Amino acid sequence: MTEERMSGAALIIRALQDQGVDTIFGYPGGAVLPIYDEIFKQNQLRHILARQEGGAVHAAEGYARSTGKVGVVLVTSGPGATNAVTGLTDALMDSIPIICFTGQVPTHLIGNDAFQEADTTGITRPCTKHNYLIKSPDDVARVVHEAFMVATSGRPGPVVIDVPKDVQFAEGVYQPPSTVRHRSYNPQTEPSSGKIDEALDMLAAAKKPVFYVGGGVINAGPEASETLVKLVHTTGYPCTQTLMGLGAFPGSDPLSVGMLGMHGMYEANLAMHQSDLIVCVGARFDDRVTGRIDAFAPNAKKIHIDIDPSSINKNVHVDLPIIGDCGVVLTQLLDGWNAKGLKADGAAISAWWEQINGWRERKCLSYVQGKDIIKPQYALERLQAHMDKDPREGYITTEVGQHQMWAAQYLKFEKPNHWMTSGGLGTMGYGLPAAIGVQIAHPDALVVDVSGEASFLMNMQEMSSAAQYKTPIKVFILNNEWMGMVRQWQELLHGGRYAESYTESLPDFVKLAECFGWTGLRATTPDELDDVIAKMIATDGPVIADICIAKDENCFPMIPSGAAHCDMLLGPNDQANSSVSSGGMTLV
Amino acid sequence: MQDQPIEPHTLSLLVENEPGVLARVIGLFSGRGYNIESLTVAEINPEEHISRITVVTSGTPMIIEQIKAQLDRLVPVHSVNDLTAEGPFVARELAMVKVVGKGEPRVEALRIADVFRARPVDSTSESFVFEITGSGEKVDAFIDLMRPLGMTDVARTGSLAIARGR
Repeated sequence: MTEERMSGAALIIRALQDQGVDTIFGYPGGAVLPIYDEIFKQNQLRHILARQEGGAVHAAEGYARSTGKVGVVLVTSGPGATNAVTGLTDALMDSIPIICFTGQVPTHLIGNDAFQEADTTGITRPCTKHNYLIKSPDDVARVVHEAFMVATSGRPGPVVIDVPKDVQFAEGVYQPPSTVRHRSYNPQTEPSSGKIDEALDMLAAAKKPVFYVGGGVINAGPEASETLVKLVHTTGYPCTQTLMGLGAFPGSDPLSVGMLGMHGMYEANLAMHQSDLIVCVGARFDDRVTGRIDAFAPNAKKIHIDIDPSSINKNVHVDLPIIGDCGVVLTQLLDGWNAKGLKADGAAISAWWEQINGWRERKCLSYVQGKDIIKPQYALERLQAHMDKDPREGYITTEVGQHQMWAAQYLKFEKPNHWMTSGGLGTMGYGLPAAIGVQIAHPDALVVDVSGEASFLMNMQEMSSAAQYKTPIKVFILNNEWMGMVRQWQELLHGGRYAESYTESLPDFVKLAECFGWTGLRATTPDELDDVIAKMIATDGPVIADICIAKDENCFPMIPSGAAHCDMLLGPNDQANSSVSSGGMTLV
Repeated sequence: MQDQPIEPHTLSLLVENEPGVLARVIGLFSGRGYNIESLTVAEINPEEHISRITVVTSGTPMIIEQIKAQLDRLVPVHSVNDLTAEGPFVARELAMVKVVGKGEPRVEALRIADVFRARPVDSTSESFVFEITGSGEKVDAFIDLMRPLGMTDVARTGSLAIARGR
């Protein structure tokens, strides 16, 4: 076999092509010019120009989450790399496969405080799953292929590849993907023997069971979601989803009790609290989910299915850990249940559902829509109604804050990979670039970024990218002129002293849209709302719909920090009677 | 959970000897708020570029469990063994102790060194450098005895450990 030799920059492009990559999100700069030159010379890889490197990473995240593929990013050294750090951390927290190439100053200048030099591998070490600094062009192909393996296998995550400029110019030998073997990295995907039988015994014996499912199911692929639906239906047990797990199980399914956690459904949190068996699938007992940890599900035995051993027993002690790919484990559970002819305890389970339905009767999402002011809940219900009528596939991204929680509560999630939100890191400014990434991957889909006016301002430079690529994304701003979640916590915890949470001098979002070549719409009263949503959806290009909502609306239900699942605030009346403990004050 | 006892554990890691691997391990401990009581690193297999990191840490059983799982998922880490949990092991430290003086203290230092089986590895008419190996307690005791005899400097490794038997 003859060796293929080419420049380091060409090796990168060749390796990406062999990995099946068709899209790169990035921003050029001095230290990555040779790579950009190679991009210019070919047509297989499409480059999407962001307006800031952080936007490039979020766009790649949106692309990755909505396709299940790897999101690829290319940025320059120094500020290019440091701007990417928030997106990388976001991808790490939410287990999103990202490969981020960063330019680096030439090898002989590393450590000299050269222009646009930053210690990129040092800075990104704690916010990536793994990172590389390539010192020789002969390593380029191997490292790229290895990075894809690391980013996608086990618990997915971001990988940074730092490439000095001299390595991009120097010639090296190409190695195809098949040659890559990693000596030390080999995550377990098949569960250990015996665990499945033990889990089945626990499942069949349960009287008050609940499936608690998270983003791991979505990362395991659409088949894992299908298997989950079958398993839940076969047992007849209730299923609650985390913020990241919305869509892993259909929200409209009668066996779904909705999202759990701080702003989760009353019935979901009460079911967790009173259960005698929690089957956690691809979730991680996050502090937003558990509330006060020593009062969390006091009577429940816990089965925890996760591909990452470090998620086990981190926050909550579990009785039966099962390490493995969620899809594989769910299939084995389903097959085992059927093969053994197991039956749920019919009487106990119907009594359990009776109890759950009692909690459902509380209708924790009820709100009052008056005649004059648009309630955010109503705006989202109308958005859902209009999206339901549209023949296109609907995707939702969000920013972070009240609007994000309302979107999680009031929109419907039926399928995996259709809901993109920054769950772990809580990154304001995520939703707009993520929506662009989703739309690039699904040009014919209806992509809506449910936004808040404060979050939107954090990455609004990406409006220019959306205009350039004609991505017809719809930004649905729930505009209350406040950093709403900050305001809500100040009301609840800080005596209503609203320090710096009101946004003075907001732009006119309609004019803002127009100056970027978008369409701008506004609704200020409930009777304008339907027209605006209909027009937003019918407009060809990108749209901002500025929905002026009630300014002081709080997000309920809510478990105040430091409280247990059974101490939920259901609405303003509960809020008046609540007091947050001093321990809870210090929590986030 | 919170009232679990805090116990010391000696972990033995085999890692790829590549740039940044030690920073990954140390960064994990500092970033997640775990303790490092001692740390010793050296390449043990130059052909395959494998290094051993011996780290003594402390925490509740749940924290120790986390530390092991977190270390094990670092990409360049081949294996993590908890010597404390897995059975009997031998642990040693090495120190070099410089003692400066003349006359009776100098003779006394040499006499104590002999009792501790510490060897002089450098000597001048006014100084010794003693090399001592042993458990941490033994090295502590030796240093305590040398201090009043003119000890001016100490260089000391962390704990090195290996499982007993096969």
